[in-house]
Amino acid sequence: MAEFLQFFFSGITVGAVYAMVALGFTIIYNASEVINFAQGEFVMIGGMTSVFLLSAGLPLPLAIALAVAIAVAVGIALNVLAIEPARGASVVTLIIITIGASILLRGLAQIVFDRQFHTLPAFSGETPITIGGAALQPQALWVLGGALVVVLALGWFFTRTLMGKAMRATAHNRLAAQLAGINVRFVLMLSFALSAAIGAVAGVLVTPITLTSYDAGAMLALKGFAAAILGGMGSAAGAVAGGLLVGIAEAMGAGYISSDYKDAVAFVIILLVLFFLPRGLFGGKSVERV
Amino acid sequence: MTILAVEDLCKDFGGVHAIQGLSFQVRAGSIHSIIGPNGAGKTTLFNLITGLYAPSRGRIAFLDEPIAGQPPHRLAGMGLLRTFQNLQVFDTMTATENVMVGRHLHILRGLVPSLLRLPGIVRSDRDARERSLQLLDFVGLSAYADMPAGAMPYGALKRLEIARALAGEPKLLLLDEPAAGCNATETKEIDTLIQRVAAAGITVVLVEHDMSLVMGISDHILVLDYGRKLAEGTAAQIRANPAVIEAYLGTEGADAVPLAADAG
Amino acid sequence: MPLPPRRWLDDPRRGGLAALALILAMLPLVLSNRFHFDVAIHVGLAAIAVIGLNLLIGYAGQISLGHAGFFGLGAYGSAVLSGTHGWPPLLALLASALAVATLAFLVGRPILRLRGHYLAMATLGMGLLIFMVITNERAITGGPDGMSVPGLSLFGYALGSRDKGAWYALVAVLLLVAVWLALNLIDSPVGRALRALHASEVAATVGGVDVAQHKLIVFVVSAVYASVAGSLSAHYGGFITPDAVGFLHSIELVTMVVLGGMASTYGAIVGAAVLVALPQFLTAFHDYEPVLLGAILIACMIFLRRGLLPGVLDLVRARRP
Repeated sequence: MAEFLQFFFSGITVGAVYAMVALGFTIIYNASEVINFAQGEFVMIGGMTSVFLLSAGLPLPLAIALAVAIAVAVGIALNVLAIEPARGASVVTLIIITIGASILLRGLAQIVFDRQFHTLPAFSGETPITIGGAALQPQALWVLGGALVVVLALGWFFTRTLMGKAMRATAHNRLAAQLAGINVRFVLMLSFALSAAIGAVAGVLVTPITLTSYDAGAMLALKGFAAAILGGMGSAAGAVAGGLLVGIAEAMGAGYISSDYKDAVAFVIILLVLFFLPRGLFGGKSVERV
Repeated sequence: MTILAVEDLCKDFGGVHAIQGLSFQVRAGSIHSIIGPNGAGKTTLFNLITGLYAPSRGRIAFLDEPIAGQPPHRLAGMGLLRTFQNLQVFDTMTATENVMVGRHLHILRGLVPSLLRLPGIVRSDRDARERSLQLLDFVGLSAYADMPAGAMPYGALKRLEIARALAGEPKLLLLDEPAAGCNATETKEIDTLIQRVAAAGITVVLVEHDMSLVMGISDHILVLDYGRKLAEGTAAQIRANPAVIEAYLGTEGADAVPLAADAG
Repeated sequence: MPLPPRRWLDDPRRGGLAALALILAMLPLVLSNRFHFDVAIHVGLAAIAVIGLNLLIGYAGQISLGHAGFFGLGAYGSAVLSGTHGWPPLLALLASALAVATLAFLVGRPILRLRGHYLAMATLGMGLLIFMVITNERAITGGPDGMSVPGLSLFGYALGSRDKGAWYALVAVLLLVAVWLALNLIDSPVGRALRALHASEVAATVGGVDVAQHKLIVFVVSAVYASVAGSLSAHYGGFITPDAVGFLHSIELVTMVVLGGMASTYGAIVGAAVLVALPQFLTAFHDYEPVLLGAILIACMIFLRRGLLPGVLDLVRARRP
């Protein structure tokens, strides 16, 4: 039982990160029907930038704030320089562009930072809390709490603010939103800024636990994507639930089956969902089929 | 003889009943038109008949064989072919190649012979090319044979789709608004073309908004409204049908004039 | 009915193939040292994989972000069968290609039902999975450290990797064969069906094309191209590491397709040549490779969507009367 609980704790912790990556996918997908393959890079940028700003002597809170701001700037630049100019292009073109962006950001990180693994100090010590015989890192509470704050803030933003409602309207029907006077180009830019910010926050929070490196993005993107489609592409609640489920499934797989192949769990989930549950758990937009 | 029999056909999209309890038959060798206001379910019906959609309920029989749920490429092999309201041409390929794709099921197409370009493939492709050029000539597009379809004018593409469908040796040809967007001269050409196709022994089912075209060439007309059969009969019967007149005058106002209009 | 006369450059199978053969035959006159030969051989090997991938991406319009997986399986298949088990290299190459074809067939059946972003993500996952297996199964593959591969021997004649002239000749001939097969395929009923389903799946399917079957065919063919290129690369290099199977290598292959020109078989060779030769002459390339790949992918998609070779040919044609 303690063992199970231990796996569960580590599962929901990484699951919260996948949930935040999945939320990032969802926000951009809803605004533009683009799957941003560079989503994982936002997480990497958040983690790596705060590590290096911290080692440059900045206090941790300032380093984190700057790291998130830099990720947002990168997100906006990605939209302005690569997505906007290709408006109306085919799906394959857009895939190649965001894959290009992903590899470009990874390469930049390798030059600006380095090729090593890095970590941040845990925010509130490393003395584990024991629950039912299983150890819970205090940092895991930061991750879970952070994810909760992100979800609540997004919920407030999308239901209570005019801009949030405009984004939902655009997701629902781009043309109608445009006719109603919504600046859909700004909505698109905001969606990139928002998902970059969420990704960076996730990166900052989880780095003390999982470490980070310049090439961490691709795997995170794959897992976040698995989470997004498990929940149902386009559904925010689904993204969160999907993230937690993918995290738990992965932790259980690593614990009870093989830790060498824990990364395969996400891929298996992707295949299972695509074939047996194309609308995901929360009935998002259906996966296109022939 | 009945070539196509539709029985109690239904198609729902979410809560929307696009086709509701529709039954009709198409006699072999006839030109059968389907008319109705926008949104009446005409294109949905074509998509059901050609296997792009699976019906929610009901039966479709082609040459007395049930076909509902069969994949489109198999139906093409049985001689059921169509054109599209919104053009679906292969832009990057030449006009001839477009038509040659239509012959796909009637030529040798093995992977290994294709890779090695064995003599059988060369011969079969040469025949396919000749047949395609004949068909381009038949629809009046010989001049465009080597032009990429993406560079051809709109009116020509409408006829290119017909040539491509003919290449598949249809027994039943479904034409979805072949004259839409065409000017008077082009419409006249399409009109003649359809009659020549029918004269060649191919049964034609036509969805079209141009009433003068429909009234002029149809042996039989089916009127759809909100996914249901509103009326059925010859052109004269349809013209005189009060329900049809009401549906057209009631919903489309001035646009309904074509019911009575002459060519032009 | 006589076909209209075509311009020399426009007939890829006769003129193009002859021109390529001529270039490949003349090239050794320019290649002045072993290093140049080495680069040319690497270009040829990469080009074989890229020509296959271009059939999938450029012609059929289906993306694969995991093709290095097939390349790597070919490489490791040859390494294990000929090295560990002592099979003749040619037999090992063919057996690996057959195994890769079978795998592509089995994996392709379900994942090619997906389109666009979903297919991209599924192939990306497939590539990562193959990478994971090769990295983890240390007992067979040597894990992250890699493994050595015996030299190639064909019909009793041993081809050491120092035998640059012989390797060049072999790769040149195989490249010509690869191009010839690809051109044949493109201009066959199968190739027309692929180009058709790229332009409109709906029109292709109601016209009688079994769309799923044709996607599967081209997926398997392109996987076999990658596998053969992988096997040969392994024998030529004498040593392989999981890098050959990695995500970055998959993206490299896609970049070569995109840079050379999607739906241009000769373009694939140009794309491979640029991206293979670049690091040889740009010493700092290794550090900047991902940045360059990314920048090339984005720039091509925005400014040069048809790629280098078709772009240049358009310019040449525009200047002719």
